[in-house]
Amino acid sequence: MWSFFHKLGSPPWLYSIAGTILRWLLPITLVVLVAGAVWGLLYTPPDFRQGNSYRIMYIHVPTAVVALAGYYVMAIAGAISLIWRMKMADVAMRAAAPIGAMLTFLALVTGAIWGKPTWGTWWEWDARITSMLVLFFLYLGVMVLYDAYDNKEAAGRACAVLSLVGTVNIPIIYKSVDWWYSLHQPASIKFTGESTIDSSMLYPLLLMIVAFYALYTCCLLMNMRTELLRREARTGWVRRLIVEEGKG
Amino acid sequence: MHPVRRQRLVLVVFVVLFSSAAIGLVLYALRGNINLFYPPSEVAAGLAPVGKPLRVGGMVEKGSIVRDDSSLRVSFRLTDYQSSVDVVYVGILPDLFDEDEGAVAAGKLNANGVLEATEVLAKHDENYMPPEVAEALKASGHDIKGKPI
Repeated sequence: MWSFFHKLGSPPWLYSIAGTILRWLLPITLVVLVAGAVWGLLYTPPDFRQGNSYRIMYIHVPTAVVALAGYYVMAIAGAISLIWRMKMADVAMRAAAPIGAMLTFLALVTGAIWGKPTWGTWWEWDARITSMLVLFFLYLGVMVLYDAYDNKEAAGRACAVLSLVGTVNIPIIYKSVDWWYSLHQPASIKFTGESTIDSSMLYPLLLMIVAFYALYTCCLLMNMRTELLRREARTGWVRRLIVEEGKG
Repeated sequence: MHPVRRQRLVLVVFVVLFSSAAIGLVLYALRGNINLFYPPSEVAAGLAPVGKPLRVGGMVEKGSIVRDDSSLRVSFRLTDYQSSVDVVYVGILPDLFDEDEGAVAAGKLNANGVLEATEVLAKHDENYMPPEVAEALKASGHDIKGKPI
C-alpha cells in the first residue's frame, strides 16, 4: 500500500505508468466519444418544444459537469501538495487548470449558442451563467498565478490556496438554479427521483458524460507527462528516455 | 500523522471553511439581488420598485396574449398562479414564447402596475421529450410532467 504512494512520488515511474494507461484509455475514449456523439446527434428524437437545437446539450452538459468535477481534482491535488509537499500533486494541479478552463469555456460558448434560439439572448447575467464565468476566471487565475512566480515552490503554494478558496464556487454553481430565480432551467438529470428527460435522450447523454470524464483523464495524464518532462529536463532519466526514443 | 503535516491539514480545512462561510454570508446578504426576476406575487405585494429597470418572470397566462394588428405591439399576462402582472411589449418575441410557458420580461413598471417591457425572453423548463411522447401524454389527459390535468 505505502510503496504505491512512494512510487507515485517518483517522476520516472509516474511518467511510464501514465503512458501505459494512455495507450489503453485513449482509444477507448475516442470510440466512446464518437459513439455517444453519433447516437446523440443523429439517432435521438427531436424535442417536442425545441426541435433539434436541444442536441447541443450532448456537448454542453458533459463539458459543464466535467468542468465542475475537474475543479475538485485541481483543488484536492493542491491540498495534497500543500499538506504533504508532494511534487507530483503539484504537477497534477498545474496540469488540471488549462483543461478545466477549456471545458468551462466550451460550456459557456455552447450555452450561449443554445440560449439564442431558446431564450432569445446569447447572454444573461443570471446566477448559473455568472457563477460559471467566475469558474472560468478561477481556472485562468490559477494558470496565470503559477506562471507569475519565478520560485515554483511558492507558485504551487499560492495556486493551491487559490484553488482551495475557489471550491466554494462549485456548490454555488450546482445549486444556483434552485436557490435563486434564474433563466437557466433546473437540472433534468436527477439523482433522487425520476429524471425529467426522456430515456431515449438521456442514455446518449449519460454516455457522453462518461466519455468526457475519460477524455478529461486522458488530457490530464498527457498534460502531466509534458509537465514532468519540462520540470525534470535536466535529470538522468529524461536524458536516457530521449536517447532511447532516438534509437527507436 | 506528523505534527507539521497535521498543522497544515488544519490550515487547509480552515481556509476552505472560512472562505465558504465568508462567501456564504455575502450571498445571503445579496440574495434579493442575485434573483434574475421578480415573481408576479412579489410585484403585487409592492416589493418591486416602480419606474426602475427590473425583470418579472412567470408563466404566460393562457388566453392573455393579445397582438396588435398593425404593429409589433403585444400584451400578455405573467402569472405565478397567485398573482399576475400585465406586460406590454413592442418587438419580436422569441420562438419558444407561448401561452402556458415560462417567460421573463425586462422593463419598467408604470404607475398602473403594467410592465412596459423592452426585452422578453422565453424561459425553458427542464422537461425534454420526443414530440410523440408529448402527444401521447396530451392524448391521455396528462400535462408534460405526467400529472393528470
